[in-house]
Amino acid sequence: MTDVQTLDVSRHFGRRRALSRVSLTFKAGEIAGVFGPNGAGKSTLLGVLSTLLRPSSGEVRYGGRAASAWSDDLRGQIGMLGHDLFLYGDLTARENLVFFGRLYGLARDGKLDARVDRALDAARLTERAGDRVSEFSRGLRQRLALERALLHEPALVLLDEPFTGLDDESASLLAARLRTLRGAGRIVVMATHDFESADGLVDRALAIRAGKSRELPVAAGGPLRQRYQAALRGDWA
Amino acid sequence: MSLLRVAWLIARKDLLVEARSRELASTTLFFAVASVLVFAFALVRDGAVPADAPAGILWVAIAFSGTLALGRAFERERQSETLRALLLSPVERPAVYVGKLLALLLLMAGVEAVLVPIVALLFGAPIGRAPWLLFALLATGTLGFAAVGTLFAAMLVRARSRDVLLPVVLYPIAVPVIIAGVRGTSAVFAAEPDFASAQTWLTMLVLFDAVFVTLAFWTFEPVMSD
Repeated sequence: MTDVQTLDVSRHFGRRRALSRVSLTFKAGEIAGVFGPNGAGKSTLLGVLSTLLRPSSGEVRYGGRAASAWSDDLRGQIGMLGHDLFLYGDLTARENLVFFGRLYGLARDGKLDARVDRALDAARLTERAGDRVSEFSRGLRQRLALERALLHEPALVLLDEPFTGLDDESASLLAARLRTLRGAGRIVVMATHDFESADGLVDRALAIRAGKSRELPVAAGGPLRQRYQAALRGDWA
Repeated sequence: MSLLRVAWLIARKDLLVEARSRELASTTLFFAVASVLVFAFALVRDGAVPADAPAGILWVAIAFSGTLALGRAFERERQSETLRALLLSPVERPAVYVGKLLALLLLMAGVEAVLVPIVALLFGAPIGRAPWLLFALLATGTLGFAAVGTLFAAMLVRARSRDVLLPVVLYPIAVPVIIAGVRGTSAVFAAEPDFASAQTWLTMLVLFDAVFVTLAFWTFEPVMSD
């Protein structure tokens, strides 16, 4: 998958408009940061990109093909780290990865165990692979959830507040992991409030407010937070 | 991966989670046994049991405890939004429905395995009179109830008042299954058993199952897509 496009995408929840005619293109080998106040539409955008939410109008195209033209396999090319982490607390770290690995058909080539070992190593949870996830701190669960989302090597990686609960070292490791994904030609879209972690990491920055999106110009220079605040002060009509 | 393999994978995961927490099995069983005991204290006088009462009490306990299990089974998937993770995976979405249904059926079968002997003991229900017919009535009745219940519980997983709404939407639809189950079981338990009538009710249950499972299977994908 070389790119993902949203074409005039709007999404309504009843009378509330969460996204309003958003047209964006996300390219392979790029990390896009999506910024905006609470309720601005960031998670809705990720939900639409993930196929979990259907646009009320407009279209999302994956590699030039509309979502409807893909089979269930499209979802196998998407990895999502949600704010709620998508992990079973009563299962161990290894059991969670094995379960989702099987769901994604990774057991077919007989290399699931090796993939799970690598994922546990990347999350630095090898020693705690047999512990239940409910016993983990938020930071440990966040690291495991990221590896769960990446286990099937998705082409499109969607991250909702990935830096939440991470200490400085884990945040640095996450940033390094995202740079590796960019180098591997993945499309990474990340919604976050953490300007400090995102500064210098994202290739593109988008502001979302009241469901409308706007590109934050890289050429304008200066810290991401200042560019974002300047954009929010502008005209959003 | 085939639909049945995915369904079994999901059901096995649910059973593993349940084996660890024992939350559903213990609360459902406790509720079912407690309700049967209350009925026993209320209705049994000097060893005499009102006619048809055992069948009704058995199905009330099954329906109420099943509703409890349905709500809790999906509450688990809501807590870390794991239902979204299941829907995001590249599997046929009806497989998620079948997996959840299968796990619920196994749980309810376990509860019924304890419940039926208790009803026999407290109310003198002749469960050994036509064991295969009784088994078939319970199996088909439970399948019909759980098939509709699993669909509604999944639909309501993000509703704020889901605990209140689930029985409100479930019972009007599932009432034919409960009536057929009660009448069929009652025909088996009667002082003068009417096996022909029980078999008629069993046939109706099979028809209800075919309709409910098919409808739920078809509607799961559209209702879960948003």
